[in-house]
Amino acid sequence: SQMALSLGFHIIYSCIGMVMPVFMAISHYKYIKTQNPVYKNITQAWSKGVAIFFATGAVSGTMLSFELGLLWPGFMKHAGPIFGMPFSLEGVAFFIEAIALGFFLYGWNRFNKWFHWGTGVLVGVSGIISGILVVSANAWMNSPSGFDYVNGQYLNIDPIKAMFNPAWFSEALHMTIAAFSATGFAVAGIHALMIYKKRNIEFHTRAFKIAIAFAAVAAILQLLSGDISAKSAGKRQPAKLAAMEALFHTQTYAPLVIGGIPDTATKKVNYAIEIPGLLSFLEHDNFKQEVIGLDAIPVKDQPPVAITHYAFQLMVATGMVMMLAGVLYFIALWKKRKWLFKGWFLKLFIIATPLGFIAVEAGWTVTEVGRQPWILQGIMRTSEAVTPMPGIQYSFYLFSFVYFTLSLAVIFLLSRQIKMVPELYDRK
Amino acid sequence: MLTVVILFLFFAIVLYFLLGGADFGAGIIELFTSDSNKHRTRKTMYQAIGPIWEANHMWLVIAVVILFVGFPTIYSQMCIYLHIPLLIMLMGIIARGTAFSFRNYDAIKSENTQTLYNHIFVYSSVVTPLFLGITAGSAISGQIDFGATTFLSAYIFSWFNWFSIAVGLFTVALCGFLAAIYLIGEADNPTDVQRFIKKAKALNIAAFVCGGLVFIAAEVENIHLAHWIFGNAISLTAVIAASISLILLWVTISLGKKMVARVFAAFQVTMILLSVGYRHFPNFIILKGGQNMSLLTDHAPQKTIDDLGIALLIGSLFILPALFYLYYSFRDKNTN
Ligand code: HDD
Ligand code: HEM
Ligand code: HEM
Repeated sequence: SQMALSLGFHIIYSCIGMVMPVFMAISHYKYIKTQNPVYKNITQAWSKGVAIFFATGAVSGTMLSFELGLLWPGFMKHAGPIFGMPFSLEGVAFFIEAIALGFFLYGWNRFNKWFHWGTGVLVGVSGIISGILVVSANAWMNSPSGFDYVNGQYLNIDPIKAMFNPAWFSEALHMTIAAFSATGFAVAGIHALMIYKKRNIEFHTRAFKIAIAFAAVAAILQLLSGDISAKSAGKRQPAKLAAMEALFHTQTYAPLVIGGIPDTATKKVNYAIEIPGLLSFLEHDNFKQEVIGLDAIPVKDQPPVAITHYAFQLMVATGMVMMLAGVLYFIALWKKRKWLFKGWFLKLFIIATPLGFIAVEAGWTVTEVGRQPWILQGIMRTSEAVTPMPGIQYSFYLFSFVYFTLSLAVIFLLSRQIKMVPELYDRK
Repeated sequence: MLTVVILFLFFAIVLYFLLGGADFGAGIIELFTSDSNKHRTRKTMYQAIGPIWEANHMWLVIAVVILFVGFPTIYSQMCIYLHIPLLIMLMGIIARGTAFSFRNYDAIKSENTQTLYNHIFVYSSVVTPLFLGITAGSAISGQIDFGATTFLSAYIFSWFNWFSIAVGLFTVALCGFLAAIYLIGEADNPTDVQRFIKKAKALNIAAFVCGGLVFIAAEVENIHLAHWIFGNAISLTAVIAASISLILLWVTISLGKKMVARVFAAFQVTMILLSVGYRHFPNFIILKGGQNMSLLTDHAPQKTIDDLGIALLIGSLFILPALFYLYYSFRDKNTN
């Protein structure tokens, strides 16, 4: 669970690290095209955020690459050579990202403006590439491939095949979209709050528009991508799908279970809304076909049902809300311009600020807890992977403390950046 | 391809030592700067390492990735037996990196918070290379004991011994020395140049003393360091080359040739690493009882090594030109 904490923390940085540079590049582009200084201010304000996040993301990532070994040496010994490929390439991508960021942050008025803009774009592109690469490493843990497992030996290793395992596409797609909607809603929410408080309305409105455009499109696409993910998970990890849906019994016309409290003792879900046949339809495109339930899985191979189910519900619920908010934004943009400055409209987006990140965390809980008790689906159990060193819980406390402090520090710094917007960017 | 991978590993380690080391050194110098000059040192330093420090630290990430993909057994044993120093080093890296960028990007520059960032920055700049050195020293100290039965002998004495600690101190001194040489070229007025030259001299002496300590500690711990280093032609040549370059270094500094001085300083440190590395090659970790973990035998399956080698070659095609251009563009800070 240490890994979970680190990654749970790190993923917030990764999402922002992937998406903010894209926003930054868009606003920079608008500045170059329109020469409107507001866009320059937005770009520079965001680039400071990016710098803070990159530094924290870089150290938390360096920490992760050590942590893998420090906490899971048993796992890394076998897994390193097989799924290390995406990590090596990720290293390359980060390197490029760090170089490009150096150029971008310190390059104002130094280089040709399009070269400078290009380095900003490169920061975003390499961030996204590296995000996709690591997710493909995680996907490999869900669908191990690229080797033969014979009598406890890992033979015929093929790192390239391991990288393009059956789960990589659905996971990477879902994750990339999630990063855009989570970061987009968070950024849009903060700017909406400032508009609501009537601070620097022009600055914040333009910033809001860039962020929400991405967030809204991503939130709508997320539904489709979630469907692809669920189909792929059902095929390779029926136990995970059953836990997500709290489907205790294998059945035809399997229902979609919404909400409810799963009870593992009686194998029932209490207080849930069930829509008969819908799960069969979502998984297999017809209402009748059988869906595997938890009763088909040996008890010792079952993931914790309640956590997986709640996390899944949370992700989908927040996803739905964000999608509706996204649709509303487009209605406002195309048909009801005056909504854009109405209090209720802004409040909606202020409330939506954390939703995307809640969904991201819930989503990772689904894939990771849904994979338990395996660290490597069907091959290695989590309990076999942990370090033999006693007293490991102290390392755990230490890491937790560090992450906690870092989060506080970043929040502190960002709030100070936002507080200073009027003074730094208002003077004409 | 194994050769390519090992070469990359060596380059990544050397470059991390040089670039990351100079970076840490900047913090060490700040620690030993009198209060009246701190502000100017900080400014020089910020201009000098601001755009490039993140890239410098990527070499560590590269080295770690090569280790865990290419040499997973070596990596996992290091992580088990050297868990504690690695952990402390990590904490140092985190504290330092964040403090450095926070003190620059905190929108409100108040006295208290700036002092806090400064403290975190300078102390972690010392702790990190200290434990980096301790980890490196421990890998070759022969104190890691797979047969250990107690917590102390397995997880503490593997690194808590005279030799490892002496190597740690030596590393700290070298980092400071590298940084001083580097900053000489970055200072924008003669008084600062003189100050950094003084620092460089002091740290050079410190490095000498610590180097001596390493040899003494090696004798105490029964490690035949002197024999290893002076007992074969290549290592000996490397040491002699290092000594000559040191003399040339001081000549060039007094002549005011800053770039050449940097090259000599880098050369010197590279030679030190080479002399130790060559003598131990292909062993990466030396265990208690004379066994070793070797880069030539304890590596990942051939297919992985091949793919890793190709990935590194292609990656460096992108990285190296970009990196050179970055250094080149920011070589002269005064053009802003
Ligand atoms: C190297 C691979 C790797 C990757 C890319 C991820 N994880 Fe993971 N995760 C693990 C490796 C792992 C693990 C080592 O396999 C864990 C640790 C304990 C376990 O059972 O599996 C795990 C467990 C785990 C759990 C289960 C709960 C627990 O054991 O306490 C959660 C909620 C997460 N992780 C969260 C994440 C998040 C938010 C990630 C994205 C950033 C992520 N994981 C990517
Ligand atoms: C086991 C898992 C992981 C490891 C070992 C790992 C490793 C790293 C490393 C070494 C860095 C720092 C490089 C730098 O200095 O920028 C980093 C940052 C980053 N990671 Fe991860 N990572 C993991 C999980 C993830 C996941 C799941 C994502 C997914 C989306 C991700 C996306 C990123 C991104 C985008 C950054 C850049 C941060 C920024 O630009 O601010 N990582 N990671
Ligand atoms: C609205 C409907 C959604 C559905 C049906 C859905 C479905 C799924 C499924 C089935 C998985 C598990 C995939 C696997 O194990 O391979 C998953 C994972 C995940 N979900 Fe969702 N999801 C939805 C919305 C969201 C939203 C809105 C976000 C965030 C903004 C999000 C973030 C994630 C993340 C980060 C993961 C883990 C990484 C991955 O598999 O890519 N999801 N989702």
